[in-house]
Amino acid sequence: MIVAAGWYMALAAALFFIGAFGLVLRRNALVMFMCIELMLNAVNLTLISAGRALNDLNGQVAVFFVLVVAAAEVVVGLAIIVAIFRRRATASVDELSELRG
Amino acid sequence: MAESILFVLMAVGALVGAVTIVAARNPVYSAMGLLGTLFSMAVLYVLQLAHLVAAVQVIVYAGAVLTLFLFVIMLIGVDKSEDWDEKLPYQRALVGGLGGLIALFAGALTVSDDFDWVPAATITIPEATNGTIQAIAELLFTDWVLAFEATALLLTIAAAGAIGLAHYRRGQE
Repeated sequence: MIVAAGWYMALAAALFFIGAFGLVLRRNALVMFMCIELMLNAVNLTLISAGRALNDLNGQVAVFFVLVVAAAEVVVGLAIIVAIFRRRATASVDELSELRG
Repeated sequence: MAESILFVLMAVGALVGAVTIVAARNPVYSAMGLLGTLFSMAVLYVLQLAHLVAAVQVIVYAGAVLTLFLFVIMLIGVDKSEDWDEKLPYQRALVGGLGGLIALFAGALTVSDDFDWVPAATITIPEATNGTIQAIAELLFTDWVLAFEATALLLTIAAAGAIGLAHYRRGQE
């Protein structure tokens, strides 16, 4: 028996919104970053299940590119977080408000 | 049948991991939740015949990215767990309202029983979507070769940028 693509889509939607809510509710830059990764993974799941349902391999190639871009994003994002921490000794985004008008 | 059982198990695992990321006070627990979610999703990828993507998910995400996260958590310090009682003037209300709207939408969708928005969502096991290394590579090095080269450039730039950021303060002082 095969699980319909709609169930995978529903799971991906749930994961995406948990990630989005975490992004809104948490103030720790690292945890916010993990929530972004969670949202990216939810989108990957929709791409793969849609690709399978439509019998198209290009969905998996798209996921491959998303993985590469996410890896690059993590490298730069974590470097920025470490640079901010060395300057300000905080990982909370609420403390970083010098640019406020 | 096996797919149904595995799907339910891994869906629960992914959801528990996701909630752990958001709810845990200690960032290390959040990282462990992310690890659980990533592994569960790798199994879900295998269920959908995306073998190469599942392997890459475990190697790149659960291996490299999560290790990087743990390094940075240890570098910054795990004792700075934030307080859930901090003031979030409108964020909780926003999340509550949005969550209610989404639940309403999902309920309406379930009642109307209209899940056919993915065409042919109930077809039997396809053969062309068996995502082996060979099948993915054929697409990657023909149709998508330009994008593939662009990602190579992107990774080089990202590595150079990270090194530049690491040396940032030395130039300042």
